[in-house]
Amino acid sequence: MNRFWGFIRKEFYHIFRDARTLIIILGIPVSQLLLFGYVVNTEVKDVKLAVYDQSKDDVTTRIINKLTSSGYFELVKNLDSDNDIEAIFKKGKIKEVLVFEPDFAEKLEREGSADIQLLADATDPNVARMVAMYTQNIINSFLKQEQPLATVPMQVNASIKMYYNEQLRSVFLFVPGLMALIMMLVSALMSSISITREKELGTMEVLLVSPLKPIHIIIGKVIPYLLIAFVDSLLIILMGNLVFNMPVNGSLLLLMGECFLFIFLSLSLGILISTVAPTQLIAMFMSMIGLMLPTLLLSGFVFPIESMPEVLQWFSAIMPARWFNEIVKNIMLKGVGFMYVWKQTFILLAMSVFIVFVSVRKFKIRLM
Amino acid sequence: MQVFLSILRKEFIQIFRDKRMLAIIILVPVVQMMVLVYAANMEVKNVDVVVVDNDLSQSSRSLANRFSGSPFFTLTGTTFNEKEAEALLKDDAADLILSIPAGFEEKLIREGNASLQLIFNAINGSAAEISAGYAQNVLLDYNAGIISETLAIERNESPGGINTVVRYWYNELLDYKHFMAPGILVILVTIIGMFLSGMNLVKEKEIGTTEQLNVTPIRKHQLIAAKLIPFWVIALFDLAFGLLIAKFLFKLPIEGSLLVLFTYAAIYLVGVLAAGLLISTFAETQQQVLFIGYFIIMIFILMGGIFTPVESMPRWAQIIDIFNPVCYFMQVIRMVLLKGSGFGDIIPQIIFSVIFGILMMAFSILKYRKRA
Amino acid sequence: MMGNGKVIEVKNLVKKFGNFVANDHLTFDVHRGEIFGFLGANGAGKTTAMRILCGLSKPTSGEITVNGFDVYRQSEAIKRTIGYMSQKFSLYEDMTVAENMRFYAGIYKLPRSKRLKKEAELRDKLHMPEIMNKLVGSLPLGWKQKLAFSIALIHDPGIVFLDEPTGGVDPITRRQFWKLIYEASANGITVFVTTHYMDEAEYCDRVTIMVDGRIEALDTPAQLMQTYGASSMNDVFLTLARKAKKAVG
Repeated sequence: MNRFWGFIRKEFYHIFRDARTLIIILGIPVSQLLLFGYVVNTEVKDVKLAVYDQSKDDVTTRIINKLTSSGYFELVKNLDSDNDIEAIFKKGKIKEVLVFEPDFAEKLEREGSADIQLLADATDPNVARMVAMYTQNIINSFLKQEQPLATVPMQVNASIKMYYNEQLRSVFLFVPGLMALIMMLVSALMSSISITREKELGTMEVLLVSPLKPIHIIIGKVIPYLLIAFVDSLLIILMGNLVFNMPVNGSLLLLMGECFLFIFLSLSLGILISTVAPTQLIAMFMSMIGLMLPTLLLSGFVFPIESMPEVLQWFSAIMPARWFNEIVKNIMLKGVGFMYVWKQTFILLAMSVFIVFVSVRKFKIRLM
Repeated sequence: MQVFLSILRKEFIQIFRDKRMLAIIILVPVVQMMVLVYAANMEVKNVDVVVVDNDLSQSSRSLANRFSGSPFFTLTGTTFNEKEAEALLKDDAADLILSIPAGFEEKLIREGNASLQLIFNAINGSAAEISAGYAQNVLLDYNAGIISETLAIERNESPGGINTVVRYWYNELLDYKHFMAPGILVILVTIIGMFLSGMNLVKEKEIGTTEQLNVTPIRKHQLIAAKLIPFWVIALFDLAFGLLIAKFLFKLPIEGSLLVLFTYAAIYLVGVLAAGLLISTFAETQQQVLFIGYFIIMIFILMGGIFTPVESMPRWAQIIDIFNPVCYFMQVIRMVLLKGSGFGDIIPQIIFSVIFGILMMAFSILKYRKRA
Repeated sequence: MMGNGKVIEVKNLVKKFGNFVANDHLTFDVHRGEIFGFLGANGAGKTTAMRILCGLSKPTSGEITVNGFDVYRQSEAIKRTIGYMSQKFSLYEDMTVAENMRFYAGIYKLPRSKRLKKEAELRDKLHMPEIMNKLVGSLPLGWKQKLAFSIALIHDPGIVFLDEPTGGVDPITRRQFWKLIYEASANGITVFVTTHYMDEAEYCDRVTIMVDGRIEALDTPAQLMQTYGASSMNDVFLTLARKAKKAVG
C-alpha cells in the first residue's frame, strides 16, 4: 500500500511541476466560463437601425423615438432614398431598416391605416427574427398608448412566466455543458495522453515489471486527474454562483455524486483510448474528435438537440455528456431530486460499466 | 530564387508524401460541412405544448387549436391539473404550458378581455424568448380572428391602423444553415492554416532538421515564405472545396463576387499562417502547439461572432474584437456570400487584415532565430 | 583564401549560459586540410564550441574566425563555406535520397550540371544506383550517416563540421565512415570532428581533449600518448579526467 501511495505522489509531482499543465488545468475552466458567460450571448440589444422616413411627420417621429428609447435600438442613419437601403445593408452594420410611407400621419388619420415596411438583415436568422418581433411589439404598444379608445372589443391577454431562468441568462444554459467539456478535457484527454506518454517513452514497460500490479498503475495514474476534474467542476459551480448568480436549487450532494459518476466515466474513456492509441498525438486526436467535439456540439451544450437532423440525434444519444447535461440542468435549475434524474444516471452507470469492461479486456490482451 | 524554390519543392514533396495529410485536406471540409453545419443549429422548432384547459369552452378549444395549427408548436397533451403539467415541464416532456383558467370564455364575452398564462422552460433563454414571440403572434392572430368574426373587419387591418410588413432580406426563408455555413468555412480555413503551419515547423525542431537548415546560408524570410506558401495554397483550396460542398448540400447562395472573397481570404490567411508559425517558435513539441493553438482558436472563434452577434457582447469584448482577425473574416464572408458586398464595402476589414498580416509576419520572422 | 594555412582561429572563446560556463577561454587553431578531433565526455562543452564555430550560437566573448570570417558579424558568410552534420540524424526521412540531394543542392545554389555530376559521383561511391529513389527513412543507420556526410559536402565546403557522426553504429560501419573522412581530407577539405569514442581519436591528425569546459590537452595522438605515458588515447583521457576531478575535490 505504501508503494502505491508513493506512486500516486510521483504522479502528482509530474503534473504540478510543469507550469503549463497547471495553467491549462485552472486557466481553461475559468477563461471558458467567463467567455461563455459574458461573450457568447444570444440576447439582442443595441440593434443598429436606419430609417427611411418619407413622411417625417409627428407620428413617425414619435414611433422612432419610442423605438430608440426602448434600449433595443440605436438610430444610426436617416436615409433619403430607396437606393440607399441596399448599400447600407451591404456595409454590414445596420440590422434593420424601417420605411414609412409618404403622408403617414395623414393617411392614418384619414383612411384609418398606414404602412410601415420593416426590412431586416436576415443573414443571422435568429437576430432578424427577434429584431422584427421587438419592433412589432413596440409599435403595437405605441398604438395602445396612442389610441386607448380604439381598444379591441374582445381581447385575450397572456401573462408570460419564464420558469427556471427568469432573466433569460444565456449562461444558465452553458454552465452544465461547460462542466462536461472541462471534465472530458481533464479526465479523458489529459489522462489518456499521460498514459500513452509512458508507453511512447518506454517507461510503461519499466512500471509493468515493477512489483506494482497493473491495476494499481492505472489507478495511480488517473487518481490525480480525478481530483483535478473534481476541483474544476466545483470551481465552475462556485464561479457560476458568485459571478453569474447561477443557483443550485437541488441537492448539492446529489450534484457532486453525479459529477463523480461522470468523471469516473470520462476517466474510463481516457483509459480505453490509451489502450488503443500508440502515440500521444493519436491519443490526442482520438479524444478531440471522438469526445471533445461531440461534447461541444451534440450534447445540447449550445445547440438544441431537437433542432438537429435525426441521424445526429441518434449520435447525441450515445454521448455521455448529453445525459450529464440533462442531469445538471435538472438538479441546478429545476431543483428536482433523484426521482427526475434516475434514468439519465442509470444510462451513465451502464456506459461506465461497459467501458471499464472493454478497457480491462483490451489491457489484458496487451499484456499477453 | 533558386533557394526559395528548392525549399518550396521540398515542402510540397513532404506534405503530399504523407497520405494522412491528403485525408485531412479532403476529409476535414467534408465532415465539417456535413456534421457541423447541421448540428450547429440554433433554430427553434417543434416546441412541445401541454394545455391545461380548465374552461373546456368553445373559445378555449379554438385557442388550443390555433397553437396546434401553427407549424411552430406541437400539442403533446391536455390535462386539467396544473401540477401534472409542471411535472411534464420538469421532465422535459413539454417546453410550454398553456394554462386557460376556468371562466375564461365567460369573462371574455362579458368583460371584453380575459387572461391566460404561458409558462416556458427558459433554461435556453433565447429559445424561450423566440417561442414567446411566436406564442404572442398566435394570440394576436386569435384576437384578430375574434374581431373579424364579431365585427366583420378585414383581418389584416387591426383597428390601430398601422400595418407592419416584415421582409427578411438576404435570407428570406430564415435558413439557419445559410448563416452557419460561411462561419464554419472561416473556422475550417483558420484551423487548417494555423495548426498545419504551426505543427510543421515544430516537427522539424523535433526531428532535428532545423539545426541542419540553420547551418546553411538560407535566409530567414526565404525559409518562412517557402514554409507558409504550401499551407496557404491548401487553405485556399479547402475554402473553395468547402464552398462547393455548401453550394451543393444546402444551396448556399453566392451573391457576391468570388474574386472579392478569395482576395480577402488570401490576405487573411497570411496573418493566420504567420500566427501559427509564431506559436511554433514558442513551442518545443507538437503537443504544445496543439494546446496553445486550441486555447487561442477557441477564444478567437467564440468571440468572433460565429453564432452570436458581436453587438450583443459586452463593451470590453467588443474592444478585444477590434484585434480579433476571425471576427473580420466572419463579417466579410457573410457579407460577400449572402449580401453580395463588394470591395468598397469591406475596406475597413481589408485594412485590418493587411496590418495584421504584416505584424504577424514581422513578429514571426523576428522571433525565428537561426542562432541562439 | 588565407596565407598562413589556418582556417579556424580561436582566441579566448568563452560561452556562458547564465552562471554556467560551458566554454572557458578556449584557444586553438585548425590548419587547412587536417583532421581535427574534439574529444571529451558528454557535457564537456564540445558541441557548444562547435555550434559557435558554425554560427548556430553566439559566443559570450573571444576572437573567433572561420575561413577568415568573423563569427559575430559574418555568420551567414561562414555558412556558405562550411558543411555540417549533427549527431541527431538530419536528412528528411520522408524524402528519397535524390530529393534530399536536390533540396540541399538548391539551398547552396548549385547549378544543375554540378548537381547531376554530384549525383553521379554518389551513385558510383555507394555502388548501389537504385538507392537514389529510396526513402531515406527506409535505409539502415550506417547508410544514412554516409549519405548525410556526402550531402554535407555537396557544395564543396572548405571545412566540414561533424558532431559525433558515428553515434550508435557498429565498429565496421564506423571504420567505413572514417574511410570517407580520409577521402575528403585527401581532397583538401578540413575536417572538424567531435567524438567520445577514444579509438576514433587515433585517426585524427591532431586532438583536443576537453574536460569541464576547458582544453586540457592539444597535440597529435602520438605525442599525447608519449607525454602522458599512456598506451592508448583512452588512457590519456582517463588520466586527464582523473586529474580534473582531483582539482575540483
